[in-house]
Amino acid sequence: MIWQNWLLIMILLSSLVPGLIIFTLAESNRAWRTTLNLLGATMKMVLVLVMIIGISQGHSFAAHLSLLPGLELVLRADPLSALFVALSTLLWLFTTIYAVAYLEDAPNRSHFFGYFSICVSVTIGIALAGNLLTFLFFFEMLTLTTYPLVIHRGTAEAMAAGRLYLLYSLSGGLLLFVGVVWLHVLAGQIDFSRPGLLVPLLVQHRQSLILIFFLLMAGVGVKAALVPLHGWLPRAMVAPAPVSALLHAVAVVKAGAFGIMRIVLDVYGLPLSRELGLLMPLTLAATLTIIYGSLLAIRQDNLKRRLAYSTVSQVSYIALGISIGNPLAIMGGMVHLVHQGIMKITLFFCAGNIAETLGLHNISRMNGVGRRLPLTMAAFTLAAMGMIGLPPMAGFVSKWYLGLGAIEQPGHGWLLVVLVLSSLLNAAYFLPIIYGAWFRKQEEAWPEDSGRKGNWECHWMLVVPPLITAVVSLLVGLLANSNLSPLAWVRFIVSTRYGP
Amino acid sequence: MTNPALHSSAWLIWPVAAPLTGALLTFLFKDHSRRLGLFFAALSSGLGTALAWQILGHGPAHYALGGWQPPLGIALRADGPAALMVMMTAITGLAVSIYSGGYFQSRRRNSKHHALHSAQEHAFWSLWLLLWAALNGLFLSNDIFNIYVSLELVTLSSVGLTALSGKPPSLVAAMRYLLVSLLGSLSFLLGVGFFYKAYGTLALTAIINSLSLSPPTSMALALISIGLLLKSALFPFHFWLPPAHANALTPVSAILSGLVIKGSWYLFYRFWHVELIFTAVGLVPAILGGAAIIWGAWQAFAQQRLKMLVAYSTVAQIGYLFVAFPLLAETSGQGHGALFYFAISHSCAKGAMFLAAGTFFLQMGHDRIRDLAGVRQLLPVSSFAFGLAALTIMGLPPSGGFIAKYLYINTAINQGLWWLALLILLGSGLSAAYIFRAVSAILSPQLLRIRPALVVSASMQWSALTLALISLLLGIIAPLPLALLEVS
Repeated sequence: MIWQNWLLIMILLSSLVPGLIIFTLAESNRAWRTTLNLLGATMKMVLVLVMIIGISQGHSFAAHLSLLPGLELVLRADPLSALFVALSTLLWLFTTIYAVAYLEDAPNRSHFFGYFSICVSVTIGIALAGNLLTFLFFFEMLTLTTYPLVIHRGTAEAMAAGRLYLLYSLSGGLLLFVGVVWLHVLAGQIDFSRPGLLVPLLVQHRQSLILIFFLLMAGVGVKAALVPLHGWLPRAMVAPAPVSALLHAVAVVKAGAFGIMRIVLDVYGLPLSRELGLLMPLTLAATLTIIYGSLLAIRQDNLKRRLAYSTVSQVSYIALGISIGNPLAIMGGMVHLVHQGIMKITLFFCAGNIAETLGLHNISRMNGVGRRLPLTMAAFTLAAMGMIGLPPMAGFVSKWYLGLGAIEQPGHGWLLVVLVLSSLLNAAYFLPIIYGAWFRKQEEAWPEDSGRKGNWECHWMLVVPPLITAVVSLLVGLLANSNLSPLAWVRFIVSTRYGP
Repeated sequence: MTNPALHSSAWLIWPVAAPLTGALLTFLFKDHSRRLGLFFAALSSGLGTALAWQILGHGPAHYALGGWQPPLGIALRADGPAALMVMMTAITGLAVSIYSGGYFQSRRRNSKHHALHSAQEHAFWSLWLLLWAALNGLFLSNDIFNIYVSLELVTLSSVGLTALSGKPPSLVAAMRYLLVSLLGSLSFLLGVGFFYKAYGTLALTAIINSLSLSPPTSMALALISIGLLLKSALFPFHFWLPPAHANALTPVSAILSGLVIKGSWYLFYRFWHVELIFTAVGLVPAILGGAAIIWGAWQAFAQQRLKMLVAYSTVAQIGYLFVAFPLLAETSGQGHGALFYFAISHSCAKGAMFLAAGTFFLQMGHDRIRDLAGVRQLLPVSSFAFGLAALTIMGLPPSGGFIAKYLYINTAINQGLWWLALLILLGSGLSAAYIFRAVSAILSPQLLRIRPALVVSASMQWSALTLALISLLLGIIAPLPLALLEVS
């Protein structure tokens, strides 16, 4: 049917077109800008919903463009891409609402929203990429479209953070590029829907395959902030809060984690990865990242920086799940893509509120902030509990499956210790914030209190998005066993494609 | 001599005749030079495109001028590569022409020296159209003496264009350019003489087909190669290029960097496109090209002025045009694809970059990279154009440069030339470094304290953007130009 070929393109365009139009709008034209943004976000939601229903009923969606003889750009929706697309689309909607209020009266808003929409389109392209070349194509574009957002404030610090981001990402991109081209030379076009493609190369090209794997991992590992490729992420926190949301939850870091999934599961395939001994190095890298990220997070006093290191640590759960490599662990890792996104975006929204409303950036001065911003801090508390992994929150579900997978996999039992240790460390850097905010007295006047807005503690569009995402993060944990939860969808993915 | 596979087509003459007529008319009717110039630019562009379309549809063609067959008459011959070059000239040429229409008007409007700017404009149109005709002649000629004449015309009109701004630095640069180029021409002509003596014909295809490495042939090839390398500004013969390109009037910079360089490079390709030579000295241009990539990027990174940065970027990119010659030894044709795809993408992107840089210069009165922050507010369209063109220079998707980089690396890995793959990757990393020095200033979110009145016309900004968009478009329509290239 024709509409099935156009649906994916429409999903891409539903954020790209508003983005391009927004560039041409005058700075003061707030009404049109907001309308276009929300219209695009809503349209995308509807289209994605149609796609998900279609996939669950067994329809297939694809679009092709011939790029070179024997090479195609392919958009194809499989259940795994649907997971990422749904996450980005949903979080984009919330981030847009939040950003409209957050950037009120700030300069360069047309630019901000324009690039933001384009970033989301590119992320959707990454999610829907049907082969390795298409993935590379959009992955490189993501670097370039996020750069203007990272330097949005234009301060010397922001420019330096932007430079560092480019240095890491473009170097990673080059390694990824070599890996992809090399694989193409060996095996032709690498389709995600045919995972056995590389198996015939095993005998003749064993060394090359291993080397290529490391090249690809270095490329996506930069965006996924795997230690030691993580240096750019904490520095990039100078960007405005909605940009942090984009980097940490909607697009960039997620694109890296998604890339790890694709490469291990769909390019190499689990049997080949295991045969080549590639899973253990990945497990070790993920473990190192989880512990190291948490340790550094504890030492940060700046709230956004602490959250950034927390992302470094948390995103590696995804890689960890994939690298353990049995269905339970893969489920745990995959579902954490969604869970971490929802929780982390809540935390960054809240951090943005605290900074924007009260001028507070450092945790040591946030005592008593719960009285002034109760709703914000309630959302923060819920999300932080989830991050620590307390039942029945979202983070618990991820860790539960990761733990089950680790026990089931011979020789991986020690990972349980890592998981517990990581939870303790999470508690060590989140609980003091929560305790201080609720149970300590305010010690000094807030640096700059911009006041209450009507009945709300600050602009309602700043409060409602984190409240909703916090509640969602609770619900996806509570209702994990229902048919509509991310976990159910992940179970569907694993049982259809990566099952035993 | 006549190959039955070639069909005779009068289409070949028009891409040369139209701009030549335009050059004459703009020279004669000074008062209407702009309108005439624009008209003939559009006409030449249309006819060049039509020729490419013809070749794509009907295969290679030849045409004997006035019905006189060689060796008596002048013969034109168009195959895939030639048609692609004519097409490239048509696209970049038209964009530059439209830009120039606005450029001279804005300069006249914002200056007291009306007469000077008018004189510059008249001279520009005649010289530019003459250059256009000469380039097309060079691409389409099959007779090495004609090629020499075209090459000489290209040189002289380019030097004239370079000197046009009349400022001391550009006069000095033009003089240097003239001397280097004449030396190159002389060397080329000597080589032509040797060839004629050895093979008794001037037809390029005939010479190439019966080439054997004898002392006179080696001598001829060496002379011709040196001549062409001098004109192409391949490292270490690049010294004349940056001042010439950076100090010329903006449309001229775009023409020199985007098109003129490709003329002598294309001839080099024609002469070297024989397996015999690769085995003998195939590595020489590759090594020089590699050095150019590194040196050019390094110098570009150190520049303080935007136009100088873009000019040194050209020095580096010329390296890519030559570094890939070892890749041509493979018979699959992918090496040719890489080379030509790079050439056409670079033409559009570099053209767009210079055009955009020119709008910054005209608007701000300088092009110091450090002080360009905020220009985005005044000139959003050309800032955007600069950013998009940068994609091709860095070889990032979606752009023609990405396709070229892909083909380069793929072919290099395929042939086991790892050093070449690494060199190209290194160059691509370095290009990102210098490009972002400029892009981060241009796209910087800093606001201007005072907003001066706009002096740049919309047509200038939009022609830069169109050219940049074409360089992006090349990133997704690669099968079409590559199909044209295959025609032979």
